[in-house]
Amino acid sequence: MTELKLPSLDYAALAPILIMLGTALLGVLVEAFVPRRSRHVVQLTLALLAVLAALTMVVFNADDRIITAGQALAVDGPTLFLQGAILVLAAMALLLIGDRSVERGGAFVAQAAVTAESADDRRQAEGRNGLTEVYPLVTFAIGGMLIFVAANDLLTMFIALEVFSLPLYLLCALARRRRLLSQEAAMKYFLLGAYASAFFLFGVALIYGFTAGMPGRTAGVDFATINAAVTESPASPVLLFAGMALLSIGLLFKAAAAPFHVWTPDVYQGAPTPVTGFMAACTKVAAFGALLRVFHVAFVDASWDFTPVLGAIAVLTMLVGAVLAVTQTDIKRLLAYSSIANAGYLLVGVLAPSRDGLSGTMFYLVAYGFSVLAAFAVVTLVRDADGEATHLSRWAGLGRRSPFFAGLFTFILLAFAGIPLTSGFTSKFAIFGPALEEGQAWLVIAGVLTSMVLAFPYLRVVVMMWLSEPGESTPTVTVPGGLTSAALMIGVLATLVLGVAPAPLLDLAAGAAEFVR
Amino acid sequence: MSNFPFLSVLTVAPLVGALVVAFLPRHRPELAKQVAFAWSLLVLVLSVVMWVSFNAGGDRFQFRESYSWIPNWGVSFTFAADGIALVMLMLIAVLVPLVILASWHDAESSKRSVPVYFALLLVLECTMIGVFAAADVFLFYVFFEVMLVPMYFLIGSYGGHQRQYAAVKFFLYSLVGGLFMLAAVIGLWVVGGKTFDWQALSQVDISTGTERWLFLGFFLAFAIKAPFFPFHTWLPDAGGAAPAGAAALLVGVLDKVGTFGILRYCLPLFPEASKWFAPWALALGVIGIVYAALLAVGQNDLKRLVSYTSIAHFGFIGVGIFAFTTQAGTGAVLYMLNHGLATGLLFLVVGMLIARRGSALISDFGGAGKLVPVLAGVLFFAGLASLALPGTAPFISEFLVLIGTFTVNKPVAVIATLGIILAAAYVLWMVQRTTQGTLNPALTEVDGMRKDLNLREKFVVAPLIALIVLLGFYPKPVTDVINPAVQATMDDIGRTDPAPSVGGTVQEAAK
Repeated sequence: MTELKLPSLDYAALAPILIMLGTALLGVLVEAFVPRRSRHVVQLTLALLAVLAALTMVVFNADDRIITAGQALAVDGPTLFLQGAILVLAAMALLLIGDRSVERGGAFVAQAAVTAESADDRRQAEGRNGLTEVYPLVTFAIGGMLIFVAANDLLTMFIALEVFSLPLYLLCALARRRRLLSQEAAMKYFLLGAYASAFFLFGVALIYGFTAGMPGRTAGVDFATINAAVTESPASPVLLFAGMALLSIGLLFKAAAAPFHVWTPDVYQGAPTPVTGFMAACTKVAAFGALLRVFHVAFVDASWDFTPVLGAIAVLTMLVGAVLAVTQTDIKRLLAYSSIANAGYLLVGVLAPSRDGLSGTMFYLVAYGFSVLAAFAVVTLVRDADGEATHLSRWAGLGRRSPFFAGLFTFILLAFAGIPLTSGFTSKFAIFGPALEEGQAWLVIAGVLTSMVLAFPYLRVVVMMWLSEPGESTPTVTVPGGLTSAALMIGVLATLVLGVAPAPLLDLAAGAAEFVR
Repeated sequence: MSNFPFLSVLTVAPLVGALVVAFLPRHRPELAKQVAFAWSLLVLVLSVVMWVSFNAGGDRFQFRESYSWIPNWGVSFTFAADGIALVMLMLIAVLVPLVILASWHDAESSKRSVPVYFALLLVLECTMIGVFAAADVFLFYVFFEVMLVPMYFLIGSYGGHQRQYAAVKFFLYSLVGGLFMLAAVIGLWVVGGKTFDWQALSQVDISTGTERWLFLGFFLAFAIKAPFFPFHTWLPDAGGAAPAGAAALLVGVLDKVGTFGILRYCLPLFPEASKWFAPWALALGVIGIVYAALLAVGQNDLKRLVSYTSIAHFGFIGVGIFAFTTQAGTGAVLYMLNHGLATGLLFLVVGMLIARRGSALISDFGGAGKLVPVLAGVLFFAGLASLALPGTAPFISEFLVLIGTFTVNKPVAVIATLGIILAAAYVLWMVQRTTQGTLNPALTEVDGMRKDLNLREKFVVAPLIALIVLLGFYPKPVTDVINPAVQATMDDIGRTDPAPSVGGTVQEAAK
């Protein structure tokens, strides 16, 4: 029997992941041992400190360009950049999740097991403190995302996918109000997510089969082996294509690309709004981080084969997102379709396989994350006696009632529409430029055309807020406490700064834009 | 004094003013108006100093400044003005204070914040100056798009009937054009070696196919902005719904960005494509002249009527640009200035009339001249200027466009001349139906109609009338500035004027 060789572990490089997962475990213990009334503060502080510590380690590791833990994890420029992005955005999301000033007891249900719409349920909605288990769940999810963007083989990627998906399914079900909608969202997300995971796993198996039989190499699902197999393997390319397709389905599902997007509007609408923001910002970063690595490292030599297909998916995604956004009447669903369209733009970036394309995509992910979190922060504030007033007609005349918050939201919408001097414009440029350079003019034209369509729903909200008269049912904007205000202001300022002076972040992204192979 | 950073200061100054005005207390509207007016006068003084220090015989681009902005993409804050831009900057600087003065009471009727209205006007001035002063394609694009935002809110929040619809239509049309241009801007950046500097880009050789696509991207944006037929349908709505002052700026200046863009970007950057597309552009121009004039004749809404007359005039400007002769080009640029003055005046006067009557419908007037003789007189003058009566400034520009076009393309010039006749029809009809004839008895019951022009309004119209007459008799100071720039543009596309060939025509006539 051969001796089992332990892989070497670079603990410093893995520190961000270890910190997040360790804190998540600690959070579970806190639930068990800390008295109920102080749990909220302890958990929130713990989670924020962990994110801060992980971020510090990411900065500390900034010059790492290594593959560690066997071939399982790559800690290189894109990994560190995206981990940093996930952590910063997660910190903002945690601020929203931890807020209890906007709604008494926070945005989460006090007892998830109570029958929805029952008398008990109504009672718990009226101000009993929400579950604090959300913090360990969020921390687990963050940890999973950190692994996901660093994963250097498909099995690690699959495990990371599950680690960050399972907590998200649960989190979706924990809205304080509109419990049925929330539970339906979670169920839908879980079932479809499970299918997507199964597709992914089957894809991994096919790819494994494809890599077998190369002279002088063992079969495997790490990216170096796959990369070699794409050019050298004697196996039938059908295995490769089928594997790639199934794998992509799993990843594109998480990225909310059409035709795997159908869960997005329902889940975004049903989930507690802070969680929606978390998913829209962080899950997107994680999903596209993985897509970038898979297509730029593992399958890079098959780009002739996948580019047309992924291009078609990108166009379809942009079209579906933009066209369906026009018909929406609920602000959260509108933002969901806008997020789908943005997934399409990001795919354009993925299909520009140059350094500029990679850095542009990463820049886009960060810029979009800030804006979308700020947008959902505003959504949490517009409320009446029954919680958030998300129907668009209720937003009529909001600009008259609360010009400050309506102004901030207008700014974010202009950013989504890609008006210059906002990050929405610079990030579109960062993606379309390299795509055109790589000869993907048709994708750029599709992107521009769908941007026009997409401008209409955004503009409709602006019209609603500013040019309509406030009605009887126009809710007021709740003046937020420190946590939500902080998240909102960070988001808006980042949207402005990345639009006016994007050079520092562009430099950072450009410096990070090279995978270790 | 020529080392003074005129262009950046001119761009930033109104923005600072806007911030000051926006943060003035809401319950002191008078103070906001005075500050805004004073600020716009300051900009005017600065512009006059700049005009004086411009050396008409010197370099094509003067007052050049450049500061790095996004080095990763080769974007910089580069400002520079040629004669064409200088004239447009001057027009902005003159119009904005007059518009502020004319809009003194416009914002009060809307129940919305008065200081914000004037702040928006100043923000608009900032973006308008920026768009003409930019010499970096990216910077130009930024101003081109951002310009929509203040205008959108001016129309949407302070406009009249159907303001929401008009504001959204305006925004979407312009954004559509802008996004096509964005694709072309990125394309130009890629083929131009990742720079946005205008001067560097004008040296780049582009393959024929690419050049045509890029030209189309830019041209579409400018044709919507200008607007040329058939992209014009937003203008009557926007012009009809906007408050009169904003409408004067919209038609007088904002739309010139389109024609200016064609002169500054389409022609020099894509010379071959410009020549290839010129027949189509000429056709659009000629159709616009006749079609919009016919529609103007049939309008019953004063502001919509003036908007349609503008579309017809933009047809003339388009013809002048794409005739590719120095005379026609100079005429087109001069037309941009004169049209800004004449139509600006017309819009403001019409606005005064509408404010008095409380209605924009021509059928609600009739014989108004008996009640407000001075106002009716000014309306008549503005109308005559806008139909290009000899002695007023627009005549010179229209005449230059026509003779410049006639030397190279007779049919176009002949059809365009029809536009002059139609112009007489719509202007005179409008004047007759509103101010002449028997007095509409309903008018006497409207209090406002008993007050003729007050001192403030006289101060608004007097400078414009003076300029129109002055430039009508002595356009030399302006043409001296425009000519070298137009000449340089014609050199860029490699067209020389046809030599005067009197002999040929005589021989032909002899046959």
